[in-house]
Amino acid sequence: MSTETTTAPTTVPALETPAAVPKKKSEALFSKKNVRVLRDPLDDNNPITVQILGVCSALAVTVQMKPALIMALGVTLVTAFSSLTLSLIRDSVPNRIRIIVQLIVVATLVTMVDQLLKAFMYDVSKQLSVFVGLIITNCIVMGRLEAFAMAQKPWPSFLDGIGNGLGYGLILLAVATIRELFGSGSLLGYKVVPQWAYDHGYVNNGLMVLPPAALFIIGLLIWWHRSRNRKLVNVS
Amino acid sequence: MQPLINLLIKAIFVENVIFAFFLGMCSYLAISKKIKTAFGLGIAVIFVMILTTPLNYLILRYFLQEGALGWIHPSLASVDLTFLAFILFISTIAGAVQLVEIAFERFLPALYTSLGIFLPLITVNCSILGASLFMQERRYDFAETFVFSIGAGVGFFLAIVLLAAVRERLRYSNIPQPLQGLGIAMIITALMGLAFLSFSGIQL
Repeated sequence: MSTETTTAPTTVPALETPAAVPKKKSEALFSKKNVRVLRDPLDDNNPITVQILGVCSALAVTVQMKPALIMALGVTLVTAFSSLTLSLIRDSVPNRIRIIVQLIVVATLVTMVDQLLKAFMYDVSKQLSVFVGLIITNCIVMGRLEAFAMAQKPWPSFLDGIGNGLGYGLILLAVATIRELFGSGSLLGYKVVPQWAYDHGYVNNGLMVLPPAALFIIGLLIWWHRSRNRKLVNVS
Repeated sequence: MQPLINLLIKAIFVENVIFAFFLGMCSYLAISKKIKTAFGLGIAVIFVMILTTPLNYLILRYFLQEGALGWIHPSLASVDLTFLAFILFISTIAGAVQLVEIAFERFLPALYTSLGIFLPLITVNCSILGASLFMQERRYDFAETFVFSIGAGVGFFLAIVLLAAVRERLRYSNIPQPLQGLGIAMIITALMGLAFLSFSGIQL
């Protein structure tokens, strides 16, 4: 009895200290907490359906899947890297001018994305028109900067940015898939609805190409999401 | 004159910033629970829109466009700084909003207190930056830019006040629980957008 009680305190710290000391210095890159930061925005804390962020530019680019995909990629990159940058400089930015600093960082990143698109995918950049520039005022970017990156370490902020970008992309792609499939009978530009269906009287749904369709689909998606996940019901 | 009036009608009704382009949806959905606050935000948006879009036009025309710097020295005429447009536009907007805030606080304190938090929030309202970017993409001249900015602002005002009016009524209706709030607001906006589609094609 007595030997057990005396040995236990000596062995347990001896086992724990090597693990505990580096943990204080730096967390594992994909610790449970960080994975949650990355995964939460995909479902429970989705930027569009739960946080109501970034609806602005989301809906107009969802007539077809290709621009939606590019847009999601652009937003993910901008959110991730602006979160990373601002998290790195968060201690040296005075609180009163932080909005301007945030805007400048975001605008620089968006300019880079825009120039890349113009150089390598000119047709998509024409199709997205002003909506690439509007990533600057996309509420996801600013919202996550204010809510997360300004108070957290760089690596979790980066993951949070990626997670929110992907959560945004998920909704964008879901809406774009529905709209392109029913609106033009194709997916990513490839015809999916066969010609004989058209010969037998199948008609593309003209409403799906119009702007209000995006709102209907998002509204229904929110309904489905909240009825599946009851704890979200009273979120505004 | 007639093309300008056409442009105004087009910007308010046919190509409404909310219903056709979804610009400024975040504040549109978040601040449309009461008519009074929606009204305040709408007025502030009109004001900032009319101030910043022509200002951005002047910046684009005399500093950024290819050949714009020619008025300083002919040898600078070949410089094209258009890639700086995003940064300068958003800085102008942020600066203008700050100035408006200071001016209102000093000279119109009643309006300032009624607008409250909405004024600084306008900086990140997509519709303001969107109007500047549309101005750049569609190559409007100064008069067109001015009229377009009025139209876009009034369009936003109209949309947010309409939605707020509907949402005040909704409080008494029995909506399925998961659809309450954001979901039903989206669907109402879609229905209003369908109604606004009937304006398409109207010209003087």
